[in-house]
Amino acid sequence: MKIEVNGEARDVTGPTLADALTELGWAEARVATAVNGDFVPKVARAETALKDGDRLEVLAPMQGG
Amino acid sequence: MRDFYGVTLDTPLMLGTAQYPSPAVLEAAFRGSGASVATVSLRREAGQGQGFWDIIRGLGVHILPNTAGCHSAREAITTAQMAREVFETNWIKLEVIGHADTLQPDPFGLLDATESLAADGFEVFPYTTEDQVLAARLLDAGARVLMPWGAPIGSGLGLNNRYGLRTLRAAFPDVPMVIDAGLGLPSHAADALEMGFDAVLLNTAVAQAGDPVAMARAFALAVQAGALARTADPMEPRDMAQPSTPVLGKAWL
Repeated sequence: MKIEVNGEARDVTGPTLADALTELGWAEARVATAVNGDFVPKVARAETALKDGDRLEVLAPMQGG
Repeated sequence: MRDFYGVTLDTPLMLGTAQYPSPAVLEAAFRGSGASVATVSLRREAGQGQGFWDIIRGLGVHILPNTAGCHSAREAITTAQMAREVFETNWIKLEVIGHADTLQPDPFGLLDATESLAADGFEVFPYTTEDQVLAARLLDAGARVLMPWGAPIGSGLGLNNRYGLRTLRAAFPDVPMVIDAGLGLPSHAADALEMGFDAVLLNTAVAQAGDPVAMARAFALAVQAGALARTADPMEPRDMAQPSTPVLGKAWL
């Protein structure tokens, strides 16, 4: 399916958020996820189905003030 | 010293982690500053996040994630939820920005987000103005700490509204308050502590100094001096001179 990952168009097999993160190489990474602007906790990734056109944000620790 | 959601800090200094010339300078600046808290953010993972996580963990200080760049309560709330999971803390430095040039907080979005996050178990550090009415509303909404600005973020102007800050400090004597943003010099930090604020939070003043490690050390000394001066109960200023040398016993020449 075609989704947007951090603003870029990507093609993933899915069908869940957990599957997509594995495909994208972030299965073990310390990241937080949001789908279409809503936070999806780590424990809910395996039950969260993705669909065409979803916007996925994958955020990581970064410098800040 | 007032505590921050039950945490007593070793030093009244919170330091940002952005804009340093290198990770090595960041670490050296933290060591030089003696800062008790490091502020961090969340951004799209582009390969550097995991290494940065190891660096901040290694600093051995409390971690305060921010919601920098958020312009609505909804954005800030989602960011806070994501930060809680990634950084494993209920602390959140809540920024809801209302104006692109001044980076002034949006008081309405800030209040909405504070209420929602406090109800959800977050320990909110709202980045606010010196507005006393807004401060009261934020406390009613569940904030137990306030972070009034000194001046716009990154401006280095110091305490822009001393009257407003003094009034705010006096209005809520039991509320822990951190002067966040706008400090440019150690004297600004000492000033804030002398006025009775509990800590300062700064980033640019150290990270963008010609010698960040030396400046970090200078801020460490300044907050120590300011805090000590506060406990020493400073004299009241007066308009007219009063001789300090005894008048009695002066020779008749």
